[in-house]
Amino acid sequence: MSEAARVPVAELIGVTREYRMGQNLVRALDDFSFTFGRGEYWAVMGSSGSGKSTLLNVLGCVDRPTSGDYKVDGVSTARLDDDELSELRSRKLGFVFQSYNLIPQLNVLENIMVPLFYQDDPPDDGEERARKLAERVGLARRLDHRPAELSGGQQQRVAIARALVNQPALVLADEATGNLDSATALEILDLFDELHAEGRTIVLVTHELDVGERAQHVLRLKDGRIESVARGQRSAAGARA
Amino acid sequence: MKHSTLARTVKLGISSLLLHKLRSLLTTLGVLFGTSSVIAMLAIGEGASEEAQEQIRQLGSRNVILRSVKPREDFATGGGQSVRVLSYGLTEEDLGRIAETFPGVARVVPVREIYEEVRFSDRMLNPRVMATLPVYRDVTGRVVSEGRFLTDQDEVGVANVCVLSYEASRYLFPVASPIGEEIKIGADYYTVVGTTLDRVRQQSDLAGAGKSSAEVFIPLETGRKWYGNMQVKLRAGSREMEEVELHEIVVEVEDPANVEFVANACREMLKRNHKQSDYEIVVPLELLMRAEETKRIFNIVLGSIASISLLVGGIGIMNVMLATVTERTREIGIRRALGAKRHHIVSQFLVECVVLSVGGGLLGVALGLATPLVVEHYAEMRTIITPTAPILAFLISSGVGVLFGIYPAWRAATMDPVEALRHE
Ligand SMILES: Nc1ncnc2c1ncn2[C@@H]1O[C@H](COP(=O)(O)OP(=O)(O)OP(=O)(O)O)[C@@H](O)[C@H]1O
Ligand SMILES: [Mg+2]
Repeated sequence: MSEAARVPVAELIGVTREYRMGQNLVRALDDFSFTFGRGEYWAVMGSSGSGKSTLLNVLGCVDRPTSGDYKVDGVSTARLDDDELSELRSRKLGFVFQSYNLIPQLNVLENIMVPLFYQDDPPDDGEERARKLAERVGLARRLDHRPAELSGGQQQRVAIARALVNQPALVLADEATGNLDSATALEILDLFDELHAEGRTIVLVTHELDVGERAQHVLRLKDGRIESVARGQRSAAGARA
Repeated sequence: MKHSTLARTVKLGISSLLLHKLRSLLTTLGVLFGTSSVIAMLAIGEGASEEAQEQIRQLGSRNVILRSVKPREDFATGGGQSVRVLSYGLTEEDLGRIAETFPGVARVVPVREIYEEVRFSDRMLNPRVMATLPVYRDVTGRVVSEGRFLTDQDEVGVANVCVLSYEASRYLFPVASPIGEEIKIGADYYTVVGTTLDRVRQQSDLAGAGKSSAEVFIPLETGRKWYGNMQVKLRAGSREMEEVELHEIVVEVEDPANVEFVANACREMLKRNHKQSDYEIVVPLELLMRAEETKRIFNIVLGSIASISLLVGGIGIMNVMLATVTERTREIGIRRALGAKRHHIVSQFLVECVVLSVGGGLLGVALGLATPLVVEHYAEMRTIITPTAPILAFLISSGVGVLFGIYPAWRAATMDPVEALRHE
């Protein structure tokens, strides 16, 4: 095992995220410490308002903890400025949203390439990578289509390809199947399984039990704290040979 | 990689704008009309002032022109019952004083006007018939187009010859050349020896009210011999005798810097020697300076109108961009989540503003260049497009885009990504 492999992908150390609502102080995350290991596939579950989205936003570096530290791939984010955090997002993180969130005026290929566009030193083979990923998610023949011309399932595939184009250390998905019918949702979950099998680290937020059961490990939240941790509920086929 | 980044940002901006074609078009209108009206107004103003300056320059910027003016009735001298004799105006004495005692004067040319009709066969014309010296041509910058101007021999020989201006010759001789023909001025015959080019149509206050620009020149001596100082003028049905020695004296000053000094000397001299104000002094150089001052004021007014219209155009762009930023909050959130830095968002929206204003500016320049052509064609006004006008207008309109885009772009860039993502 190499040195890099031993560094956890995401490490939360005493993270608190507070929201002030007038007189009230809401703790969306309360002194939260947890480590997501390399190549693991986690489902984050919990009731509405338990802090799942907040956790994911902190993991994705779009939100900053009120206190505590968060390390991505060994890099502490507490002292990074806005530009450095943005660069971190474009290099190390991949996002999949519930409502796909593609950019309407761009075609499929361009949408997949968006994260590369914002890197300080973009790779030269970006377009080639994007084409391969489009093929991978079964959209090779729709590269010049606009999002409005695609079905929900197809749009979510584009979003997954987009989340992978920067070869992220961590793929984050918030209710990625929430807007899809069950058959399409299964296809998307199959895709996550494949990614897991390839060794990607995935954190998937869901409140659907059957979705949660497909993940390798399950993390349950309640009121911004960890309620339970269930490891290895499902064999990680090929994840750790 | 850097230049393709800009190219991509511009392309993205254009495709975002094309998503709302009508809105984008309407947004550009403010800048479009601002830019085009500046260019068109500048061209028309420049043309008009150039025309005025041309006319003044033709009077000779080194000249001081003294003219006889009929004084008000109560100052009129002499007079019988039915035939009144009006005696007024510049005199040979004035001429002599200027020619002999004024320093800095190069040449002095007297002009007498003859109140006669001019005929050739069945054609009749009422031109300005001027008896003058050969140097008149030089001093006033007349250009001979055919034949010759008056000469010293004509003067010495008191010859019955004449020179026609273009307008006079065109009217009397519509087809054939007038050279060598005999025309009738009053009761006498004169041989046409030459023609001159016309000057630009003169404004009435510069060349005597209501006169056509048709001119006929005869030797000064010839005029004196046939008409003396006393002339009959028909006016409002009654006969009127006028005694005027000289109708005009053109004083050419050696050094343009002394024009004002000589003009003042003339003014002083005439004031001292004339009991009534039966003269006027025209100083083309002063008119020229006044015209330039007018132009300067015109430019200031124009500049203010232009800035206001560009300001309005800019506010229009800012207004639409603010609405666009709100409308695209979600997109901003997505881009930020995917790694866009603040400056990426700023440049994205700024580029859209600049595309709008540059687009409006370009269309405005095109319209602004076309308008003077139309005006020139239909209003028969001269217009001049200086190359700086479209360039300046274009640069300013682009600048307006940047200036009024900064705030909306800054608003977009400083949004909280989480909030923006949650926006519906
Ligand atoms: N911007 C905000 N301002 C104030 N309170 C907030 C804000 N965002 C989240 N919260 C609060 O933080 C807590 C956690 O919210 P979060 O969105 O993380 O829940 P969630 O687990 O994702 O819920 P759901 O399953 O409904 O999406 C909630 O009590 C919520 O009201
Ligand atoms: Mg949520």
